[in-house]
Amino acid sequence: MLAANFLLLAALLFSIGVYGVIARRNAVMVLMSIELILNSVNLNFIAFALMQGSIEGHIFALFVIAIAAAEVGVGLAMVLLIYRNRKSILLDELSELKG
Amino acid sequence: MLAADAVKLSSGWFLENLWLAAFIPAVGYAFIMLFGKKMPNKGSEFGLASIAASLIVTTGAGIQWIQRVDSADKAAKGAGEEGLGLLQSLRSLPAAADGEVKPFIEPVTQTWVWWQNSGIEFGLGSHADGLSVLLLWLVAFISLLVQIFSLEYVRDDRRYTQFFGALTLFSAGMLVMVMADNMVQLILGWEIMGLCSFMLIGHWWEEGANSRAALKAFFTVRVGDVGLLVGTAIIYFGVEDWIAENPALRDAGFNGFSLEAIQAWALSGQGSSWVLVMGATALFIACIGKSGQFPLHTWLPDAMAGPTPVSSLLHSSTMVVAGVFLVARIYPVFWEGFNIANGGLSFIAIIGAITIVIAALLAFVQDDIKKVLAYSTVSQLGYMMLGLGTGAWLPAVFHVFTHAFFKCCLFLCAGSISHSGSHHSFDMKKDMGGLRKHMPVTFWAWIISTLALTGVIPFAGFWSKDEIIDNVGNNGYTFLMWVGLGGAALTAMYMTRATYLTFFGEPRGAADGHHDPDHDDTHSHGTDEEAEEHELDEVTVGAPLPKSLSAAANAHGDGHADHGPQESPKLILIPIAILTFFACTAGFANATPLAVGGSLGVELGEEIEYVKTYVEPRYQPVAIESMVASGPGESLVPYRVGFIEADANLSAEEEAGAKKKGCGFETPADGTVCFFPKVSHAVPTTGKILLSLAVVAIGYALAIGFCRAFYGRRNEKLVGLTERSGLASAAYKLLANKYYLDALYENVIVRSVAYPISQSAYWVNQNLIDGAVNAVGEGGKRTGQIVYDKIDQGLVDGAVNGSGTVASGTGEGLSGMQNGKVNLYGALIFGAAAVGAIVLVIINVG
Amino acid sequence: MTGILFAADGVNVAQNIGFGVIAVVMIVAALNVVTTKNVVHAALSLALVLAGMAAQYILAAAEFVAVSQVMVYIGAVMVLFLFGIMLTRAQIGRETGLNNSTWYAGIPVAVILFGLLGWVVLNVYDDGSLFANVNDDGIIGELGVEGQQETVTQAISDGVLSTYLVPFFGMTFVLLAAAIGAIVLARKD
Repeated sequence: MLAANFLLLAALLFSIGVYGVIARRNAVMVLMSIELILNSVNLNFIAFALMQGSIEGHIFALFVIAIAAAEVGVGLAMVLLIYRNRKSILLDELSELKG
Repeated sequence: MLAADAVKLSSGWFLENLWLAAFIPAVGYAFIMLFGKKMPNKGSEFGLASIAASLIVTTGAGIQWIQRVDSADKAAKGAGEEGLGLLQSLRSLPAAADGEVKPFIEPVTQTWVWWQNSGIEFGLGSHADGLSVLLLWLVAFISLLVQIFSLEYVRDDRRYTQFFGALTLFSAGMLVMVMADNMVQLILGWEIMGLCSFMLIGHWWEEGANSRAALKAFFTVRVGDVGLLVGTAIIYFGVEDWIAENPALRDAGFNGFSLEAIQAWALSGQGSSWVLVMGATALFIACIGKSGQFPLHTWLPDAMAGPTPVSSLLHSSTMVVAGVFLVARIYPVFWEGFNIANGGLSFIAIIGAITIVIAALLAFVQDDIKKVLAYSTVSQLGYMMLGLGTGAWLPAVFHVFTHAFFKCCLFLCAGSISHSGSHHSFDMKKDMGGLRKHMPVTFWAWIISTLALTGVIPFAGFWSKDEIIDNVGNNGYTFLMWVGLGGAALTAMYMTRATYLTFFGEPRGAADGHHDPDHDDTHSHGTDEEAEEHELDEVTVGAPLPKSLSAAANAHGDGHADHGPQESPKLILIPIAILTFFACTAGFANATPLAVGGSLGVELGEEIEYVKTYVEPRYQPVAIESMVASGPGESLVPYRVGFIEADANLSAEEEAGAKKKGCGFETPADGTVCFFPKVSHAVPTTGKILLSLAVVAIGYALAIGFCRAFYGRRNEKLVGLTERSGLASAAYKLLANKYYLDALYENVIVRSVAYPISQSAYWVNQNLIDGAVNAVGEGGKRTGQIVYDKIDQGLVDGAVNGSGTVASGTGEGLSGMQNGKVNLYGALIFGAAAVGAIVLVIINVG
Repeated sequence: MTGILFAADGVNVAQNIGFGVIAVVMIVAALNVVTTKNVVHAALSLALVLAGMAAQYILAAAEFVAVSQVMVYIGAVMVLFLFGIMLTRAQIGRETGLNNSTWYAGIPVAVILFGLLGWVVLNVYDDGSLFANVNDDGIIGELGVEGQQETVTQAISDGVLSTYLVPFFGMTFVLLAAAIGAIVLARKD
């Protein structure tokens, strides 16, 4: 059952992350939720690597970590920029579409 | 035993081409209407030329007819002594007085069948026998004189061309009728004349009175024309039944419309008496209307609203005698239908007698000179009908002949007076008087014509009218004879009155040189009759009459200088002079008192009774086989060969009883037909002549005395008599209102018939027809409304709008997705991914 | 001796208990991340999640990844987050309205997703075999160079630097670009 445990945990974290992406107003909070999602994916990889006895899972997880870090960096830089220009990082208020 | 042995009668080009006499004026009419306006004389040239040509044709036809009769009589005289024994089986008939056999002169007929359908043939053609030739010549002659008169009389009229056109067309129509050889053509001519009468009476239709008079004339005659059609139809079937039983007749060219067939059938004894009576009555009703007999005489006086040439041509000499002509033409029908043979009091005679008296009485209270002459015409027509109704065929026809001359002359004199004497007024009391000094020619013409009218020897009327009276008495109708004599006295009296008022006494009004400067005005009460509508129970004659019933004053302005009465120009006087000459001499064409009986001291023999010789049809029966005809539908039936009856000398007893034998009294033998009954001819005696002359003289004496007393010296016993005496005033009112007949016709009969009809027609129109139309419109409108509301606005627009709403609604609904909320975008992405994943799972696992 | 020694019967009770404890902590912290009204608490909860994740990696015999996780995520990313929170003037303490207006749409999505994924997992792996490639000793199958029992780290290095060298260099460029990009974006001009 250990494999299903890891996968279930990852699925749960993924769902929680999805909920966070949808529900959170603050841009930084959204980025945090995205981190949750990415980490759940990482867990999935590790679990699959453990199940299959191959090392590709680990390698891919490493890549994901690296990319996630880069993405957070750039994302936060953008959030900063938005904050400077619009004085707010609340996604509702940032929207200019009338729909 | 056929044609080879019969006598050949001479014919001639004019007799065979008699149709030209009617055709040329018809062509003339077309020319006038098409080209008349552009001609230098506005079309009157065509009219004169065509009538003159017609006169030439009819004169030639007359001469050739006389030759034909002479040839037949001569041959008969030559042959009769030996007796052509070939057809001796037929009964012998009485010879003429001197033993001479008078053969039946076959008429010269031409027929051209223009339509045939299921055995009925309609043909046009000419039928030349004595009666038609006489009247054709008369019509052409009088038409020519009247057209010459009109050249001056209607000069500068606003519708000069149409006037001549209508006159010419009328002449053509009457000629068509007179020469007709079948009833259909006769009716055709009859109706053309009616149409022209309408057109001409209403020539100055701008004045309402004139067009009303024209309509009255037309409709009154129309009431009678119903009888014409009914009678023709009844007789047609009777004749066809007779021909069906005797097929040989069909080969002779007889059919149900042919006049000869009708004559033969009537005398054949095989016509049922019911059919004969009904047919004769129906036809006579038409004659009542056309010839102005009581009770349909009311249109004739009003017809004086037309120009004087119209009155002189149509309503005195020619058109109104069409009824007399019809009776004379198919006389056997009336002879048998009304049983004139046996001396019964016939419908025709009664009507004629009534007409004589009532018209004469009405002539006393007229102020309009033309109306006096109109009533005189009605009265004289009554004489003609009286004669025909009592078996005096020849005097009646002769009276048509002489009456045309002097009556037309009287009318033309009236026209002359109005033209030059009373300044277009016909009112005797207002604008005439003492004109004999200024208009001598007219005056003498009038006097001679009046003497002719009243029957003073030796003028024309004496020889014809007194013969009527004589024959009436001779045929056993004593009472009617006295009526005729009384009528003669009345004629003398009212003509004297008119003469006195016009030519004697002090000049009044226009005759005096004054004329009312506002005589151009149209008055509100134009005719007596209209005035009657307003003041029915009052004496209306005193109401102001228009200066001229015919409003001729409107024809030209007051351009001429205001001069007094003077004699008329030559173009007017020449016809008057010619007619006066004939009024003097026409009587000698059939001067019976000079021919037989020695009543006037001489007895010149029957030869001088020219009309009797040449015009009166002979009463011998004719063998059917001798009538040769080409096949049906072929044209140009040549003149038929006459058949001469073998005759033996008769003994005295047979001769005495022979008066009641022969055609008209007995049925003809098998194989023969009769065309004319054996009418009797009275021999005038001195006593009767003196009686009639005395009656006329008494009339004259009374009238002259009265006129001098009343109009001249204003005798206080006579002046104002109608106001003082109740009887005189009542009588005067009755006459002035024309026996209230007009009121009866207009207000009672016409109103009760026409008013409901027009009301119901109006109702149908407004409610049914308009209702239907409105309903259609309403339905269309409602349908349109419904279509608009439900279908257009609802369905179509709804669909269009609906699609738009759906689109925009969808867009609006979906635009919620594009609200810029990133979170929502994320939700959508993940949701879509979830859905996709579910689908994948289901596909792969399920 | 690398490799993880497991019980021969395939069920390691201690491993499961450890896993369960860490999983609960992680779930609670994750829920806290997405529901708390305090931004700083959310960040710290995220750090807790990340730490729990590292512990799970170790349990799953991925010690190199665990250490990398700790170093990168907790060390760098969390610091970034905290800087971001600070620089965007997030309110210290509780603040209201951190959920946007359509937060309720997330619940069904999350539930559906979890249900779907859970169902798939349970459906596929109901026979409970996690270790498909484990020999009788409970040792994970051979990795990398054949015939030689390697440690995980060795296997990773062998993989990254030989087989996956190109992606590795690509990733370096990505990191370089990201760094430069972040600097460019965030500098104050």
